[in-house]
Amino acid sequence: MIDRIPIDTVGIQERVARICTRSIKRESKLKALDLALRMMDLTTLEGSDSEGKIRQLCNKALHPYTELPNIPSVAAVCVYPNRVALANNILKDSSISIASVATAFPSGMSSLQIKLDDVHYAVSEGADEIDMVISRGAFLSGEYARVYDEISQIKEACGNAHLKVILETGELGSLENIRMASDLAIKAGADFIKTSTGKISPAATMPVVLVMLQAIRDNYNSTGVKVGMKPAGGIRSSKQAIQYLVLVKETLGTDWLHPSLFRFGASSLANDVLMQWVKEKTGRYQSLNYFSND
Amino acid sequence: MAKEQSSDLTSHSNSMNSIPKTYKNYINGEFSRTESGRYYSVKAQDGKHIANVGLSTKKDIRNAVRAARKAHEFWANKTAYNRGQIIYRIAEILCGRREQFTTEMILLGYSREAAENEIQACIELIVYYAGWTDKIAQVFGSVNPVASKHFNFSRQEPIGVVGIICPETPSLLGMLGLLLPNMVAGNSQVIIASKRYPLPVCTFAEVLATSDVPPGIVNIVTGSKADLIPPISKHMDVNVLVGDTSLDADFRIMCELESASNMKRVFFWESFIPLNELNSTPNETIAFCLNSLKDPYYILYVQEVKTTWHPVSE
Repeated sequence: MIDRIPIDTVGIQERVARICTRSIKRESKLKALDLALRMMDLTTLEGSDSEGKIRQLCNKALHPYTELPNIPSVAAVCVYPNRVALANNILKDSSISIASVATAFPSGMSSLQIKLDDVHYAVSEGADEIDMVISRGAFLSGEYARVYDEISQIKEACGNAHLKVILETGELGSLENIRMASDLAIKAGADFIKTSTGKISPAATMPVVLVMLQAIRDNYNSTGVKVGMKPAGGIRSSKQAIQYLVLVKETLGTDWLHPSLFRFGASSLANDVLMQWVKEKTGRYQSLNYFSND
Repeated sequence: MAKEQSSDLTSHSNSMNSIPKTYKNYINGEFSRTESGRYYSVKAQDGKHIANVGLSTKKDIRNAVRAARKAHEFWANKTAYNRGQIIYRIAEILCGRREQFTTEMILLGYSREAAENEIQACIELIVYYAGWTDKIAQVFGSVNPVASKHFNFSRQEPIGVVGIICPETPSLLGMLGLLLPNMVAGNSQVIIASKRYPLPVCTFAEVLATSDVPPGIVNIVTGSKADLIPPISKHMDVNVLVGDTSLDADFRIMCELESASNMKRVFFWESFIPLNELNSTPNETIAFCLNSLKDPYYILYVQEVKTTWHPVSE
C-alpha cells in the first residue's frame, strides 16, 4: 500500500546545510519575522497549565507585544482538550484558531475508542484543529494498516476540524521510517503532518522536516492535494524559524508560505521573534525582562 | 636595557622558533574569532607588527551579553566564600604566567621594571578583592531600626550584566580595577579591551580559562570603541556600564544618553594614569593607582540593596 522510499541521508544533510547558509537581513528579515509570527501555534502543554496561564497565553496570542501596534496575531493557540473551552471563550471573536492535542497525547498508548472520545470531546468544546499522535509502537512493529485505520477514523471523528498528524519523528528511528509515516499519514487523510509532540528529544530538526516536505511535494505532484506542515519542538530562535521558511520555499514554493499550510509549534519562539522584531525596529538588542514569560 | 630587550623579543617572535599568535575574543569560556572577520595590527613600539587582533562588531557584543546573562544566575547563586576562592585562584594562575605577561608588555613598549610592577600590582589587587566577597554583607549589610514590630535588614545583591570599557592604559591593571569589584559583587561582565594595548587583556582570558571561573562570567571583546560602545550602551540586557574618565567625552555622553532606555547605571571613575606616562610609569604611580583601586565602595556601586521586613512577636 505504501512504498518504502530510500532516503539519501548525506544528500539531505548537505541540502539542509546549504540552506542554512542563506543570509536573510533587514526588510526580508522583518517580512520573515512577520510571517513566522502569523504561522505560529502558541503552545502550552504542561500538566501545570492553570486557568491563568491559558488566559495569559490567549492574550499573548491576540496582542503579542502591545508597544508595537503593527505586530500581527499568531495563527492558533495549542492546548490540552480540557482547556479548549476556556481558550474558545477568550478567542471566539478573533481570527485565532484553537488547536487541541488529543488521542492520548503524548504517548498515544490507549485504546482507539478512548482516542476517538478524546477527539470528540475536544471538538465539542470548540477546537478548530486537532493534533493527534500516531501509534509509534504499532508503526515500528510493522502494523501499518492499523496506524492507517486509526488516522482515518480519527479524521472522520474530527468532522470540520483540521487534523494534524504528529509522527513523533524522534521515536521513528530513520529517515526512511519518517518518509513512510509521512506518506501513510497523508494518504490516510491528514490536513497537516507534524514532527513532534515536544515531549521527546530530538524534536523538529531540519533534515527530518525536509524529508516530510518532500513527502508533501510528491503527494502534491501526484494528486494535486496540498497538505500542510508543522515542525514543533526545539525551535527557539528566529534564526531557526527563518531557516525553516527558506527550506519550505525551496522545497514546496511560495504557496506553502502561508499559515493555512505551514505552522510552527512553539512556545519560547514567540518571544525571540518579538525581540528580533523590536531590535530591527529600534536598533537595540533586547532583554527578556521586557517580554512576558508565557 | 629595556629597549634592547624589546627589540630582541620582537625579532625572536618573528623567527622560525616561535609562531605568531592569534589573539581572539573570549566569549562563554571559548576563544572565538570575531564575527566581522576583520582585524587590526598591534604594533611594537618600534613599529613592528606583533599580532592581529579582532575588530569585533555589535554581533560579538550580542553574543557576549547573551553568554553573560546566561551565566549570571549560576555565579550570583554561588556562596560568597566560593566566589572568593575562585577569584583567589585567578591570582594563583596569573602568578604562574607572570613571564608571559611581562614579555608581551615589553613588546608593547613597557620597560621590564614597569611591566613587572604592574603585574605585581594586579596580583595584589586580585588577592585584595578575593577577600571581600564574604565580607561585603558583614560590613555593609545592616539591621535597620524601625518603628514597628519588624526585624528590618538590608543586604547587597548582584545587579546583573555589566559592560566594562577598559582604559587604554594601564591596560591590565585598569581592566582589573573595573572587573574585580563586579566579580566580587556577583555580576557577570562583558569587557571591551584596550584598543592600543589589547594583548595583556587577551592573555588574561587564558588565565581565566585555566582558573575556576565558570564560562560566561567574564567575556572579553577586542576592537574599536566606536564600533563597540554604541551597541553595548544601547543593549537592553546590560544593567551597568563602568569605565574611567580617560574615555572620550563623546563616548561618555553617548553611554549616559543611551543608558536611559533601560535605566543602566553608568560610572566613569577618575582616570587611572594618563596615556603618555605609559613608558615611564614610575613605581609610585602604580602604587598610587593600586591604592586608589583598593576600595570596597566600588563593589557597592554595582550591587542592589535588598531590604526585608520580617515581623517579630514580643
